[in-house]
Amino acid sequence: MTTLERAVGAGLTRVEGAAKVSGRARYAGEFPLDRLAYGWPVQATIARGRVTAVDIAAGERLPGVLAVLAHGHAPQMSADAEPELRLFADDVVHYRGQVVALVVASTLEQARAAADALVVSYFAEEHEVELTRDHSRQYAPDTVNPNMPADTADGDLDAAMRTAPVTVDRIYRTPAEHNNPMEPHTSTAAWDGDHLLVHDSTQGAYPVRQTLAQLFDLPPDAVRVVSEHVGGGFGSKGTARPNAVLAALGARVTGRPVRVALSRQMLFALVGYRTPTIQRMRLAADRDGTLLGVGHDVWAQTSTMQEFAEQAAAPSRMMYSAPNRATSHRLARLDVPTPRWMRAPGECPGMYALESAMDELAVELGMDSIELRIRNEPAVDPENGLPCSSRNLVACLRTGARMIGWYRRDGLPAARRSGRFRTGTGVAASVYPARTSPSTARAIDLGGGRFRVEVAAADIGTGARTALLQVAADALGVPTGQVDIRVGDSDFGQAPVAGGSMGTASWGTAVHQACRRLRDEGGSEARSDTAETIERQRELSRYAFGAQFVQVRVDTVTGEVRVPRMVGVFAAGRIVNALTARSQLLGGMTMGLSMALHEDGVIDTEFGDYSNHDLAQYHVAVNADVQRIDIAFVDEADDELNPLGVKGIGEIGIVGTAAAVTNAVYHATGIRVRDLPIHPERLREAAG
Amino acid sequence: MRPFDYRLAEDTGSAGVPTDGTILAGGTNLVDLMKLGVLQPATLVDITSLPLDFVQEEPGGGLRIGATVRNSELAAHPAVRERFPVLSQALLAGASGQLRNLATTGGNLLQRTRCPYFQDVTKPCNKRRPGTGCPARDGDHRNLAVLGASPQCIATHPSDMAVALRALDARVQARTPNGQVDLGLDELLMLPGDHPEAETTLPAGSLITSVTVPALPPGCRSVYRKVRDRASYAFALVSVAAVVALDADGCIGQVRLAFGGVAPRPWRASAAERRLIGAPASAEAFRAAVRTELAAAEPLPRNAFKVSMLNELVVTVLAELTGTGAGGA
Repeated sequence: MTTLERAVGAGLTRVEGAAKVSGRARYAGEFPLDRLAYGWPVQATIARGRVTAVDIAAGERLPGVLAVLAHGHAPQMSADAEPELRLFADDVVHYRGQVVALVVASTLEQARAAADALVVSYFAEEHEVELTRDHSRQYAPDTVNPNMPADTADGDLDAAMRTAPVTVDRIYRTPAEHNNPMEPHTSTAAWDGDHLLVHDSTQGAYPVRQTLAQLFDLPPDAVRVVSEHVGGGFGSKGTARPNAVLAALGARVTGRPVRVALSRQMLFALVGYRTPTIQRMRLAADRDGTLLGVGHDVWAQTSTMQEFAEQAAAPSRMMYSAPNRATSHRLARLDVPTPRWMRAPGECPGMYALESAMDELAVELGMDSIELRIRNEPAVDPENGLPCSSRNLVACLRTGARMIGWYRRDGLPAARRSGRFRTGTGVAASVYPARTSPSTARAIDLGGGRFRVEVAAADIGTGARTALLQVAADALGVPTGQVDIRVGDSDFGQAPVAGGSMGTASWGTAVHQACRRLRDEGGSEARSDTAETIERQRELSRYAFGAQFVQVRVDTVTGEVRVPRMVGVFAAGRIVNALTARSQLLGGMTMGLSMALHEDGVIDTEFGDYSNHDLAQYHVAVNADVQRIDIAFVDEADDELNPLGVKGIGEIGIVGTAAAVTNAVYHATGIRVRDLPIHPERLREAAG
Repeated sequence: MRPFDYRLAEDTGSAGVPTDGTILAGGTNLVDLMKLGVLQPATLVDITSLPLDFVQEEPGGGLRIGATVRNSELAAHPAVRERFPVLSQALLAGASGQLRNLATTGGNLLQRTRCPYFQDVTKPCNKRRPGTGCPARDGDHRNLAVLGASPQCIATHPSDMAVALRALDARVQARTPNGQVDLGLDELLMLPGDHPEAETTLPAGSLITSVTVPALPPGCRSVYRKVRDRASYAFALVSVAAVVALDADGCIGQVRLAFGGVAPRPWRASAAERRLIGAPASAEAFRAAVRTELAAAEPLPRNAFKVSMLNELVVTVLAELTGTGAGGA
């Protein structure tokens, strides 16, 4: 890091901001194409069974209909692709809401009306959609995401639980939570001979290109995926979704460009969601707070279509030291939509349980919750003994404690009353892996002091494009105004998904290398591929850390919880853009608040779907729920990450928030709610 | 969404609207239901150009509110804020700012239940398709009715405004094919009984033109209190509109109570009112009165919480309004 840092670190406003607010920025469903047709998916109305007939002939006679696709009446796709995307490959219904047909028509209204009128017959079987700890369809997965052992054991946790002077053994539950980006999943597909162009609302244009090429048995170069602007994703656009495949299929069959935009209601079945979890936490400690054992057992669900194994116990393997530890994951294969990634998969639900249990342990010990965490701060990664590239949890805790006035806090629960209201303050730690993934980029000298930089990154509203511009300008040694940054096009070459909080680290490293090469070696352009750089990295424990503090005000009459103030302090390496980074963390913490108090996917056991499938019924936090949030960063220079020294901030903001809220509610009321979200009646019922 | 005809209503004097037409005012509920396939009107008759957007102060202190007055305008009207705070508060507790800017007085009264089964055409619903059954009873009924429901339907009326209007003894004026009518809210909105598909007593072709709110007796204080899952844009789990005045002895001289979020229409707590009139303003009296009213409740497993929640809310609100302070705040 020898360059003169000019742009990195500044609070540059989004380069595409004016285009977005003026409507010039085009999203996947906004590209005008000649002869564009519209596809509308038809969803299964049973949760398990088979499609016995689709009246295709009648459907194709409906006004404006160009084609009806269904099993036996659709192009074959590669058997190697993931089952969720191999649409119409067989007649099996795995969950209610699964796509069983696609209607393509000349107008959106015609497609929708015909889809509603299409007669689909089923053979229905009994379904099982409710997660329990002892489900007959439970099994132990071989691994959990991304590729970790399902179970781990060190020492003897059971013995520690028997002999330790202080223990906590509790069950925590989280409901299904549904990603709801502002822009529903949308694709516009057009074929030109055997070349396929898809405008897709995705977090990864390049990976979607690879997936579509595999599905349609095409050379990857024959497919181009463009995702210049994306209205949010939260993980649900992390891989190709059925909308992209449906648009491509519809366009293939009709010979016209086809657009498929999912409705808000469809998102609840078709784009993934966070699995509900049941989590047993066991903590054993000495009287001075030293942890003797950590146990974390997770029960989650997957579908009968394909496995998804949420790694909720993963953070308990590395967060605090303890000689005896055991973790496990069990899945129930239910007749439900396949759960997938939602912001901080694994860490988010897992840290809710761990950080709640830590607070309960602090209460049992009569110890300050922050001091308990500091007491158990490890010197090396407890999971593998590796040194940490940097680990500044303690600094985050201490800084946040000062910001919120923690040390003036009265530690007693239910001790602060003002009329009907009780107030309290809670804390929880945050953690998220700091990964860097291989990427390519290209820097082009346009002459006259101007440059263009291309990288198949995705800006899903995060500010990634702007951050990459800052990285590029500094590496080229020019002001940002001289650089034209282009993202969201698979033709730019290999680049990873905007996921795992590794976008800026991964794309940024590639951009930095390409720009530096162009500056140092000259020529008209330079390319980079960071695969080797990343492979050469030392084996280290790399994580970002944070501490979150939440003040709550609880109405003792109604059980309503409101959150007047939150503080988040994060140690996440170098912050590339102070403005958009703050926004990311505000968003993450708001989503964590939403998880704690609002979000609740209600499974309808009779019909097998999530019954509250729109934004009026599935509550996310609204502006009125969010009052004051303060974000601060701990300065962190870490040379063991990537040339930029960045850790990523997309997900850590949601990790720990829910525990900080429930811990604050306990402090306010003396009531511990272990079943999210804290609906008013749950608080009232727990109060007895 | 199916094709439909759209036309602007013309001012037809005393007549209602064409019987084949569905009235479109703010559209904040109707258009949603059309998108969901719940409603498939052949013709929309847009009444927003009719001269019904007035708020008229009546001699004696009452109000006449035109049917197309927007919720946000009504909430902000000085006479409403000054004389009927319960109504202004209820309006502002409803929906979101954007929705209130569009939603109208008449439309708010006639909005449909947000029961998840009514809104999902792939599932049975006696209200949407009579005779198909009510899965809510064994299903997702957390926010459905505990009072006034029937074996056929446990839907709730979702309005906040209507709860305040019920407490204020508001009346609804409508043009019908049979002539003008003037109805109390309980005469307008029906309980489900064996026919949950029938929600109002207005025949097809009717048009609500105005709502009148009589002046409150001197000395009355009023308030609307709503419990909800989030701070805005959420329907009431339970709510109460309360109007109270003490007499010279400090006993309850006037009281009107209406409950929201718990019944197929705004629930006037007449039994509680009868027990309260003349009673001392005490926590014991409040409790006894509310208990009397809620004795009729028939809760289901997932909405049973509404009974105790409403009980405590009402007792607290009465204590606050009468200055007996049991609830504090």
